[in-house]
Amino acid sequence: MKDMTNPGMIAFRKDLFADERDDRLNEVGKPTRRQDILGHVTGRSPFYDDHLFDGLTHLRCVRSPHHAARVRRIDTAEAARIPGVVRILTGADVPRNLNTLLSLLDFGIDDEPVLSTDRVRYRGEPVAAVIAETEAQARAAVKAVRVEWEPLPHVLDVEEAIRPGAPVVLDIYPGNRFVYHGKYDHQKLRYGDVEAAFGHADHIVEGRYQMSPIEQAPIETCGAIAAPEQNGRYVCYTSTQALFFSLGTAAKVLNLPSSRLHFIGGTVGGGFGGKVDSIHEPLAILGAMLTGRPVKYMWDREEEMQVGAPRGAERWYIKDGVMKDGRIVARRFTGFFDSGAYTRLSSYAVIKAAGHLPGPYTIPNVHADVYCVFTNRTPATAMRGFGITGVDFAIEAHMDKVAEVVGMNPVALRILNAYRDGDMKAHRRVAKNCALIECCQVVAEKAGVRLSPELLAMSSRRGGGGERGRLPAHTATDEAGRVEGFAAQGYARRGGPRPVEPPRQAAPGPAPVAASASRAADPRARGAAAPAAAGGGSMPPPAAPPEPPAPAPAPARPGSLRFSSISGFRRR
Amino acid sequence: MTVIETLPTLAEAARSGAPFFGGGTIWMRAVNAGEAPPRLVRTADPALRDIQGAGDAVRIGAGVTMAQILARGDLSFLHAPARAIGGPQVRNQATVGGNLFAPHPYGDFAVALIALGARAVLAGQGGARPVEEVVRDRARPPLVAALEVPRPRDARAFGWLKVSRVKPKGVSVLSIAVLAPREGGRLRGVRVAFGAMGPHPMRAAGAERALEGGALDAAAIARAAAQAAEGLDPPTDAIASAWYRRAVAGVHLRRLLEGMA
Amino acid sequence: MRPVTFTLNGAPRAAFAAEGQNLLDFLRRGVGDLSPKYGCGQGSCGACTVIVDGETRLACLMPAEDAAGRRVETAAGLDPQGRHPLQEAFMEHFAAQCGYCTPGMLMAARALLDRNPRPSRDEVIEAISGNLCRCTGYEPIIAAILSAAEARA
Repeated sequence: MKDMTNPGMIAFRKDLFADERDDRLNEVGKPTRRQDILGHVTGRSPFYDDHLFDGLTHLRCVRSPHHAARVRRIDTAEAARIPGVVRILTGADVPRNLNTLLSLLDFGIDDEPVLSTDRVRYRGEPVAAVIAETEAQARAAVKAVRVEWEPLPHVLDVEEAIRPGAPVVLDIYPGNRFVYHGKYDHQKLRYGDVEAAFGHADHIVEGRYQMSPIEQAPIETCGAIAAPEQNGRYVCYTSTQALFFSLGTAAKVLNLPSSRLHFIGGTVGGGFGGKVDSIHEPLAILGAMLTGRPVKYMWDREEEMQVGAPRGAERWYIKDGVMKDGRIVARRFTGFFDSGAYTRLSSYAVIKAAGHLPGPYTIPNVHADVYCVFTNRTPATAMRGFGITGVDFAIEAHMDKVAEVVGMNPVALRILNAYRDGDMKAHRRVAKNCALIECCQVVAEKAGVRLSPELLAMSSRRGGGGERGRLPAHTATDEAGRVEGFAAQGYARRGGPRPVEPPRQAAPGPAPVAASASRAADPRARGAAAPAAAGGGSMPPPAAPPEPPAPAPAPARPGSLRFSSISGFRRR
Repeated sequence: MTVIETLPTLAEAARSGAPFFGGGTIWMRAVNAGEAPPRLVRTADPALRDIQGAGDAVRIGAGVTMAQILARGDLSFLHAPARAIGGPQVRNQATVGGNLFAPHPYGDFAVALIALGARAVLAGQGGARPVEEVVRDRARPPLVAALEVPRPRDARAFGWLKVSRVKPKGVSVLSIAVLAPREGGRLRGVRVAFGAMGPHPMRAAGAERALEGGALDAAAIARAAAQAAEGLDPPTDAIASAWYRRAVAGVHLRRLLEGMA
Repeated sequence: MRPVTFTLNGAPRAAFAAEGQNLLDFLRRGVGDLSPKYGCGQGSCGACTVIVDGETRLACLMPAEDAAGRRVETAAGLDPQGRHPLQEAFMEHFAAQCGYCTPGMLMAARALLDRNPRPSRDEVIEAISGNLCRCTGYEPIIAAILSAAEARA
């Protein structure tokens, strides 16, 4: 096997990271042949559409031509007479026609129908599904379904959507904002006091950044084939990237025990996050259940691009307080994630984003309000590093702007502000395994940027911790964006037991992350939350902060807590 | 459901009144999407794939593919625009005649034909009409039998540029073809054509006026660039906005002309 | 429906094609050769690339009946053990990640090497410019094709 890592291009810098990797490993760090590549080069890899069924039928959806509309009537009579049409499904055929993807993780409120019955909220939203003997017949029948639409006002911009009086996308979120922790219409990060720090800064640097939605555009379009099996079971070949997630979603929507579903996947023709939404499996299985025939539901390219959920659009406002020498002393973010018409995974993207702030820099005062906003655009979902990529673009563009204002080389500015081992991050975890300084030094060398001897001598391993490792003496908190009427549902569980609250603080701040059952039952979990709370769902330090944690990583102990950005702390 | 019917001659295809299926790169998309009319016609007439290079002009059958043109050393002046069409697979299929009516943002080869002063021989008619006129008939495209393409007397008098975001295969932000023959140091019979700058490939009257009769110098090039988008109404699409196309048309024309000076 | 008799990877085949059916659907559903893939149905992605009488064609843009009397080659006709030089090179250079564009990519590469056994890097890029890949990245694919050319020389 040839070493595919070109030493001129990619080098593992043992001088910098000598103890990061054990060289005695047999597989890690060495090129190896993919186990599935023989199938790829012989054309035998079994993608979902590479399964032939006798009597395969084809499912295609009737879609909304409007961004928002009321559905007055769906008339399928003419379509049903088209030769080859086997069955036409509407929302009434779906056993549980409302779901939100992350409900499987107990996060969010069901908001999205499989086939909408009364209202559509984005262009391309399906309201009926035709199953026919051939794809051409299904296409013809889709055109023959008559839908009486009553167009409604729509909103396509995140900031317009949160203005008073904007058209409401989802009635359960009247402010067009996802509700975090049952308490706030945005995700908060509070660390120190940015307003006070702005007052002492030499420069204030502000910026606005945005990115459009990005379609994952896999070469294999999303889809699934379902067919009846023995004993009331259904087999489903699918392009899903998340087999058990799709299995759980289908079981929920179809009101079936998952033991009756036989999912086969794993050979995916490119996903990049766009194949987790589990859109196709429920409808294909429902079709197989109602017709007794194998049913294929496959997007064509136009559907993939129009209704396939993209990486959502983001808009960020950043305000920095900067000293003349380039030290950033305060950074404030206001971020808007365009979730589109439904939640899908954007609520989670926001949590990831907030947990990532303020980027890989040690800034003593950080404040962020990040909103998951509903608009009448195609729902957004996962895509490679979603929640991080957009804001990283904003942060790094802003770093360049700051460098320009203070008259520093942008690489030097980054080295100066970079995290070092032992530093306290804004989300109250201690930085370790830092490497930004070293990366900047190598980049500067390769790009021909001359750095001063002082900058070249800096190291991620030195100069961190100490003062930089302490939590701020005071963190300014607020109640902005407080919502009512969501508390009874707790974090997500509608009507479920109200989770045990951690001790309340005198000055109420942003909500803690989900109090999962295991966490609530374990007092140590609550104690642990103070120094090391929570990705984005950060718990602000109490008014009188506890002793800062030691910069050294805590020794591992059996049964130690594991942090998940969605469910909070869980015992291993 | 669409039936693709093969008729013995072009004349019969013309009489059928049904849309003509050329290479299929455009019609098959519609057939696949269930959006084609119930009947399309084509012909097996081999004359449609003939190339006859007599003297100052070459006669290219409407069914000649881009790959056929690229295989002909004597048509090297058409190689750059032919290579600008699709990828290799599309060039094995896409025809010269079909390109005349390819919807925006396609049709770059027609841009070159217009600048070269090519004429289209219509099926069942004796004479030939200028390509820039023929391409306007979008609603009911006439059936083209062949194209008569004048060879530029001086290869350097013909310039071609396709601007796309993806290379080497990408659809047009815009394309430009320029014929700028010189007579005693002065430009005579200048023809400038743009693609993706309107509903069909078209000539740029402002740029032609700015260049005609003068030398191809910096001042003339600047004037032509300034008037490049005059009278053109570019569309907004996923590739570029109308504003952007209008803003950069002159920039790209200037670069092309500077390379020809 | 009309009968289409043709040669698929060297073997005579016959099947019925429906009106307006494209060669891709015909090969996959009608003949059972699942190696060419559907990616767009619009001639944009190249996943359905096959070789017809020595020329690369997009099977999704070709009427199935046009295959009548012609030689059609697909990735399924390469070596089933992966011993064709292009297959070896693709495996060696990690030139397939998800593998969905691979059959079309292999056909584009094969048509290139058949007519130009020692292509330059630019010629390789040109030859696969009609084939989109979203995950492998083009560099390993280019390296694989160049190395296959070397191996065959």
